[in-house]
Amino acid sequence: MAEAPKAPSKQPPAGGRAASKKELPEHFKSYKHVWVFVEQERGQAHPVSWELLGEGRKLADKLKVDLAAVVLGPEGEATQHVIGEAFNYGADLAYLVADPLLEDYRNEPYTKALTDLVNTYQPEILLLGATTLGRDLAGSVATTLLTGLTADSTELDVDEDGSLAATRPTFGGSLLCTIYTLNYRPQMATVRPRVMAMPERVERPVGKVITHPLGLVEDDIVTKVLDFLPARDSSKSNLAYADVVVAGGLGLGSPENFQLIRQLATTLGAEYGCSRPLVQKGWVPSDRQIGQTGKTIRPKLYIAAGISGAIQHRVGVEGSDLIVAINTDKNAPIFDFAHVGLVTDAISLLPALTEAFRKRLSPHNRDKLASRRAR
Amino acid sequence: MHIVVCIKQVPDSAQIRVHPVTNTIMRQGVPTIINPYDLFAVEEALRLRDVHGGEVTVLTMGPASAEDSLRRVLTFGADRAVLLTDRFFAGSDTLATTFALATAIRKIGETFGAPDIVFTGKQTIDGDTAQVGPGIAKRLDFRQLTYVSKLVSADPDAKEIVVERRSEAGVQVLKSKLPVLVTMLEGTNEMRRGTLEEAIAATRAEIVTWSAADAGVEDMQKCGLRGSPTIVKKVFAPSARSEKAAFVEAEDQTPAEALVEAIFERQPALQEDLAALAGGY
Ligand SMILES: Cc1cc2nc3c(=O)[nH]c(=O)nc-3n(C[C@H](O)[C@H](O)[C@H](O)COP(=O)(O)OP(=O)(O)OC[C@H]3O[C@@H](n4cnc5c(N)ncnc54)[C@H](O)[C@@H]3O)c2cc1C
Ligand SMILES: Nc1ncnc2c1ncn2[C@@H]1O[C@H](COP(=O)(O)O)[C@@H](O)[C@H]1O
Repeated sequence: MAEAPKAPSKQPPAGGRAASKKELPEHFKSYKHVWVFVEQERGQAHPVSWELLGEGRKLADKLKVDLAAVVLGPEGEATQHVIGEAFNYGADLAYLVADPLLEDYRNEPYTKALTDLVNTYQPEILLLGATTLGRDLAGSVATTLLTGLTADSTELDVDEDGSLAATRPTFGGSLLCTIYTLNYRPQMATVRPRVMAMPERVERPVGKVITHPLGLVEDDIVTKVLDFLPARDSSKSNLAYADVVVAGGLGLGSPENFQLIRQLATTLGAEYGCSRPLVQKGWVPSDRQIGQTGKTIRPKLYIAAGISGAIQHRVGVEGSDLIVAINTDKNAPIFDFAHVGLVTDAISLLPALTEAFRKRLSPHNRDKLASRRAR
Repeated sequence: MHIVVCIKQVPDSAQIRVHPVTNTIMRQGVPTIINPYDLFAVEEALRLRDVHGGEVTVLTMGPASAEDSLRRVLTFGADRAVLLTDRFFAGSDTLATTFALATAIRKIGETFGAPDIVFTGKQTIDGDTAQVGPGIAKRLDFRQLTYVSKLVSADPDAKEIVVERRSEAGVQVLKSKLPVLVTMLEGTNEMRRGTLEEAIAATRAEIVTWSAADAGVEDMQKCGLRGSPTIVKKVFAPSARSEKAAFVEAEDQTPAEALVEAIFERQPALQEDLAALAGGY
């Protein structure tokens, strides 16, 4: 469960410990294959699971082993559907614990189900999404198994001798570090949503599904779910998965000016976001924050206005196809990673930009587009 | 009610610099702060104590200088502070950290009374794993309630607690049994200012300082580097993108029009995507 090297105690890390790498203990040598925990909540699989299957595929191919999806949930159609999707996103086989007690996520039965599966079928790598569910579960499972866990990895690879190399930001995103779990199995890592690209979905038949019993009754479980309050649609943002995102930073100067960001977003059918200081000032709700301690995004188009491009912001947006930055300071760090830049006052540009897009996307122009497509 | 709150003293990471040539971290003179997420846990613990009576013990594992952070929490009104410090703990990853902290919490229980609730923050800003809380819970065999956005009720007599927990799709209302470990979500409360008396008392307070042996650690192999299954192989600065942004210059258009032009020039397919997205009007 690597975290970065602890600040006060850190040596320049490479040398010593890595060099003292020992032989993998005998009882771990039978641990094989790459597993991805497929997260579902109320019958809805979290897309991070598919992103992980895409990444797991690459690792499994390099290691020449199987890629397995692990599905926990109640018996029934929704769970069967999730299993089917896991195959469509590239799993070679699936492990399933189906039990009514797994209807809602609770730490105790989920931890038991996953640790039992690991102990029985012995994977060498186990990946989970770094969501509220995945982080809750991963910490318990890794501690139960007394193995290593690299949280919030941003890059996964296997090195020459087949060890998992997990890279993650450290020191609040200002540096990166690569972490190994050398003498323990499985090697566990979590990855945040949107950090890895979504693999292509290909219709495939359902392959081998290995079922395993939960072995618990309700009375064994201390924690009870009294209620579930679904996020209201109006407050639920699809920021992480949006195709177009418009964001503002401190350069906008006031919460009133942030309206200009919302207006542009509405015109584009986009989601809006912001840099951290705007959340801290209470101008914008926290689920709109983009970056290291906010959401990671990978839109086709990201427009950032009045954002300096600090490293903690940058790591959350680097996966975007096209980054457009508007800033008065031509030396702002955001221009080091934006594709298109405009040096100007965002407050006067934004209304004009909204208008220019509106014109360009007007029904008249859209019809022209449509007829071009038809041809 | 006895409540233990785990806090961590962390470098104010915005200020960390990398040496431009050697690529190593320049740590000299980096100021430290209490991990900001932990303050929500502290405040929630103090509120519970104010309602139900009892004591709040703050615990940290770190270098001797972490005493500063403990003293600050005492000024907010915590009743006792425990500093776990030992060279054997150096280089701990989260598994080794949870071993040390869980051992110390057991010792705190034996010495000052068994805790009903252990609080941690959601995550630290340096380690940033959100795994230490769940790890401590597992080692103590406590139930865990993570990402708690609201403590709905706590009943020390019935040994019950009800919380709201943030999930990806909404909010779970969960009931569990004490003792329990809670990781508090940020923004859930506002840290109080302590009273003058508390501030004065804090400067004089004795900080309970334990070595690994004092805390009851028997197996040093489980501590620090040796007790850590993960190793950090390298630390490096993110590479810069070689190409800088192409700056848009407006000639016979307005800057806004020129920008829209530049966007569609680079990504022609966006025009259709946007037309579809913006469909509504
Ligand atoms: C542990 C940690 C985690 C963090 N996590 C995050 C995170 O997740 N997300 C995040 O965003 N930040 C995060 N930060 C904060 C980050 O370091 C920066 O402080 C923050 O991103 C800066 O926000 P900003 O760009 O809006 O403000 P500033 O850095 O103040 O930049 C404002 C910019 O606006 C420009 N400007 C001024 N006026 C105008 C104008 N009229 N028109 C156009 N441009 C103008 C300025 O030139 C400047 O570049 C984190 C920091 C730490 C320490
Ligand atoms: N060294 C430490 N001493 C005390 N508490 C800690 C320590 N490290 C982590 N914690 C607690 O565990 C939480 C999660 O930390 P992390 O897993 O590092 O993100 C923090 O918010 C703290 O409450």
